[in-house]
Amino acid sequence: MARKITYKQAINEALAQEMARDSSVIAMGEDNVGGAGAEGEKDAWGGVLGVTKGLYGRFGDRIMDTPISESAFIGAAVGAAACGMRPVAELMFVDFMGVCFDQIFNQAAKFRYMFGGKAVTPVVIRTMYGAGFRAAAQHSQCLYSMFAHIPGLKVVVPSTPYDAKGLMIQAIRDNDPVIFFEHKVLYTLEGEVPEGAYAIPFGEADVVHEGDDVTIVTLGRMVHFARDAAQTLAKRGIDCDVIDLRTISPLDEETILESVNRTGRLVVVDESSPRCNVATDIAALVAQKAFAALKAPIEQVTPPHVPVPFSDALEDLYVPDAARIAQAVTSVMEFKR
Amino acid sequence: MSELIQKITMPKWGLSMQEGKVNGWLVHVGDTLRQGQEIVEIESDKIAGALESSVEGTLRRVLAQEDEVLPVGALLGVVAPAEVSDAEIDAFIEAFAAGFVPGEGSGADAGSRVQYAEIDGRRIAYTVQGDAGPALVLIHGYGGDKNNWLFNVDTLAERHTVYALDLPGHGDSDKALPADAGPAGMAQVVLGFMDALGLDAAHLVGHSFGGATALAAAQAAPQRVRRLHLIAPAGLGAEIDADYVRGFAATNSRKELGRLAARLFADEAQVTRALVDDLLKFKRLDGVPEALAAIAAALLDGDAQRMQLDLPPGVSATVIWGELDRIIPVAHATALTSAAVHVLPDAGHMVMMEAAREVNRLLGA
Repeated sequence: MARKITYKQAINEALAQEMARDSSVIAMGEDNVGGAGAEGEKDAWGGVLGVTKGLYGRFGDRIMDTPISESAFIGAAVGAAACGMRPVAELMFVDFMGVCFDQIFNQAAKFRYMFGGKAVTPVVIRTMYGAGFRAAAQHSQCLYSMFAHIPGLKVVVPSTPYDAKGLMIQAIRDNDPVIFFEHKVLYTLEGEVPEGAYAIPFGEADVVHEGDDVTIVTLGRMVHFARDAAQTLAKRGIDCDVIDLRTISPLDEETILESVNRTGRLVVVDESSPRCNVATDIAALVAQKAFAALKAPIEQVTPPHVPVPFSDALEDLYVPDAARIAQAVTSVMEFKR
Repeated sequence: MSELIQKITMPKWGLSMQEGKVNGWLVHVGDTLRQGQEIVEIESDKIAGALESSVEGTLRRVLAQEDEVLPVGALLGVVAPAEVSDAEIDAFIEAFAAGFVPGEGSGADAGSRVQYAEIDGRRIAYTVQGDAGPALVLIHGYGGDKNNWLFNVDTLAERHTVYALDLPGHGDSDKALPADAGPAGMAQVVLGFMDALGLDAAHLVGHSFGGATALAAAQAAPQRVRRLHLIAPAGLGAEIDADYVRGFAATNSRKELGRLAARLFADEAQVTRALVDDLLKFKRLDGVPEALAAIAAALLDGDAQRMQLDLPPGVSATVIWGELDRIIPVAHATALTSAAVHVLPDAGHMVMMEAAREVNRLLGA
């Protein structure tokens, strides 16, 4: 267990191990092969940030480049899944997902239901999300909440290399369509990852810091800021449970409610825009099912309701950080009726 | 004079430990330390325990303060006889600080590197530590791994060459099991491991299912066993917590695993979230649930142990048991009439963790 690899390598390893195990697993997307046969560095680039690098050499035609036509290749992946393949399609940036909502929302998500359970759609759509990459308003959004809104989709948001590998393997083995969110700033994060294959079940949150004073519910990149805040707060005598949701559809309600019933205080940290997002969803869940336990109003830490700014200074201001999380925790601790 | 100065450093308990927190000293400056004496309480993110002294002499300096978090290998204290001056100790500390790079060097690190041996087409993971003295092969129990010996390996390695292996289906070893998943089949893997490492004979230390495996190895090849050290071994009686054995194979729930793991210890506070997390991570690996189910089936006949093993003639044995063992009853400790028996108070099934100092002493450290 002592081996450390990056988040990006963990996803690559999951893809490689599942492609080796099951010949129905295929991969496709813009530049997923990328320049194969060219000289040196240009050979098999493996997607815009190199996540699928090396797969072409091992699996040949089972990984393919697609034209810049998301509606066509996402539709092809959904169709292939309905016909017995297990495609993993990469839609470079989640910001571009709008052009293929019909294929995702109206087709993939509905097949199992509308065919009376006689059809399955084991497609995985991998996509990059998130701010902090200086990529401006059209390449930085955090849109997982929109997919959690649609029944029939599973929505996965890993925060660590260990989770990225185990959740990707589960996503590929799962018989439902899975939207898999990869934060581009996390790609270089290193962590311990077992060499063997393993699957992390969906709907099972991880508790990454323990404490009885305040519950912090979060996901994706924000998990790291929340843990930093919890470590700082622990030195000041405030002990936080930090819950990493891992998947938002399905949602591990039990772990959230068990924690809030113990702490009586909730801070939700979410990188997506503040209206109709994961934070509001969790806040509503707790207000409805754990109201009696609450000792203070629920705090939500999110960006403001604006596009992601291109200016470095403004983008840094936009993304929630450990200081803002600590401030929110302090305010719920200090609340007096 | 500096050759008379000995250091106490942050131990490495388990493969993933990189730093530890000092929870408090059990000795004071001026005290005379004995080898094996518990001197300072240390906590990693996985486990808490007391560091045993590997040196003898007067504790001259305490450098690590309570609640301080320090990297593995960091200087915690200095031991030296009275004739060494304070100035010489200061110089020693200064030289150590100048040369210390966290995460580098140190004998403990070499031993924590996982190595692999190929046995019957199966990859078996192990660590080896110490290069003096007779070979000691540590065999963990059902659902365990080489890290179960984290409080033992360092101390034992002072006088032995210590091999800690992962049985098939466990740890970093391949998950495919021998056709016979019981002690006899596993014993062939252990003997194959000894062949691969060029060990004609060794002390076999087996815990629980690993104890039954060590006994089976002694039956198959008594001439290759210098001595058997059986720690709460299976195979000496009918009774066992069958619910634990089957439940551990079956469950994927953190809560249930925590509940089951608590039965392994006399002090349930030993079962931290990190410990349960590690069990969960092990159980999620492809092939592990099947391997555990196969071992459970080989181990159990209904709710009783399937196998009763005897000590082969000519092999001497020590049996060590925790008095509060809830998995296999301590009453089995006297089943081997010719063995030396040691029952340790305040310890459960994981007696080599809960009473590490005593167990290390009994193993000849």
